[in-house]
Amino acid sequence: MAGLQSQDFARISATTFRPPDVRHDFEVAKLIDVSKCIGCKACQAACLEWNNLREEIGYNRGVYDNPHDLTENTWTLMRFTEWENPGTGNLEWLIRKDGCMHCADPGCLKACPAPGAIVQYNNGIVDFVSENCIGCGYCVKGCPFNIPRISQADHKAYKCTLCSDRVSVGQAPACAKACPTGAIVFGTKQAMLDHAEGRITDLKSRGFKNAGIYDPPGVGGTHVMYVLHHADQPQLYAGLPQNPRISQVVELWKGLTKYAGMAVVGFAAAFAFVHATVARRNDVSRAEDRKAEHLIDEEAARGREA
Amino acid sequence: MAVRREEERTTVDRYPGRVRVNHWITAISLILLAFSGAALFHPSLFFLSSLFGGGAATRMLHPWIGVVLLASFTILFIQMVRYNFWTKADSHWMRHIGEVVAGREENLPEVGKYNGGQKIIFWLMTLLILVLFGTGIMIWYEYFGATFTIEQQRIGHILHALTAVAMLLVVIVHIYAAFYVRGTINAMTEGKVTGGWAFRHHRLWLRQEARKGVIDERQTPPRGHGVGPAE
Repeated sequence: MAGLQSQDFARISATTFRPPDVRHDFEVAKLIDVSKCIGCKACQAACLEWNNLREEIGYNRGVYDNPHDLTENTWTLMRFTEWENPGTGNLEWLIRKDGCMHCADPGCLKACPAPGAIVQYNNGIVDFVSENCIGCGYCVKGCPFNIPRISQADHKAYKCTLCSDRVSVGQAPACAKACPTGAIVFGTKQAMLDHAEGRITDLKSRGFKNAGIYDPPGVGGTHVMYVLHHADQPQLYAGLPQNPRISQVVELWKGLTKYAGMAVVGFAAAFAFVHATVARRNDVSRAEDRKAEHLIDEEAARGREA
Repeated sequence: MAVRREEERTTVDRYPGRVRVNHWITAISLILLAFSGAALFHPSLFFLSSLFGGGAATRMLHPWIGVVLLASFTILFIQMVRYNFWTKADSHWMRHIGEVVAGREENLPEVGKYNGGQKIIFWLMTLLILVLFGTGIMIWYEYFGATFTIEQQRIGHILHALTAVAMLLVVIVHIYAAFYVRGTINAMTEGKVTGGWAFRHHRLWLRQEARKGVIDERQTPPRGHGVGPAE
């Protein structure tokens, strides 16, 4: 983040301008080939190691997921699903590496009220900037994938950075580097789409006729993509959404409500100010003052009688 | 509460100190909530967060100010609700609101402590503050982030924003009316209004107050009694 110029960003949260985005040469992407994943969690370990984070020692709940959910320290998590395929009768172990998808149209950024707390670089990576984060949790509501987590220690939001620090110096993300089976690959978005095509052809030849890529158009595509053997049913993979998009409620809240609300209140305040300044004053006349004296005497006398 | 004959004028007590103090706590809370809420509502107003010590401090303080508002408004509600029950005269008055705005109140029924418009403001504020507090709890992420689902919080956010806009409109009407109807603000600053003001806007209330008795606070006796000032 530090030392970057405005030209290096595609979007900046809670700003009224769009950065020039002139350095938009290529977009990067991480491709996670679920069919190659063996669930070793080397990516999880590499993530903690590179980012110098520690996860609390948890407890076993009878599943392999460890920890049980993403946290402010666990930015990527292997989610394990046992699924009995009704077509083949096979028990399939579906393992998905969960984490930020780095959407082209990021809901977190759209929801964020703090200027510059969430940025999208020209290369497509969506990053949280801690010093600008105010800890409101709006990003949590903006995200269609339920990814950001707010630390209870410093009330800042955290998630996968796609190792933006490594990528900026030409290195692949730590998880991709650590993956022993090559299930995680990293490169330009186009190169990853091409790579995925080969993988899908291969999977189809092995009987996975619904194999496909997960690059959901509802969020403008993502910079983390999956190759799924059952791309027709992404929800099998620990609830990966079928057609993720920014919630309509969030769109309405951050769209029409924001502008119409400002306009309505501004107009009402301006109208009240102008009217109060130019309109005939609603003032008490001397006659009314005199009539009041009369009425008070009358009523006071009535009060004494009672 | 009484009618007082003062040196140069006649006044009617409208609000005792405890009501005024509480009213201004409510008013200040509302203004602080409007500023801190506006900072988080639109990027062009984010600069208002500097009044509260930055974005994170604004995020932390806004809900707590809301708690203060709820507490003080609850007291205000208890202090004022008995004067705000709706009557037939209020319906009649509201039907002729145009004449009131035009400054012609002669043909309308005499008004008690509050007119129909004031009662509507009272009940609208009560309703909106309850909705704002309820939805505010839903989106108070620090303490209730885990209590409500993300979808519930999204709905809480849009309701909170829309209700806040409605609340600001009601507040604008309230402040506008207090300024436009001259002599009104004295009720909340000094606690009393002039006899003429009470006669013009709340005649029934003036009758009731006068019937309770008139306190003569004049140092000098009325002219014509033959007692001049000491030489």
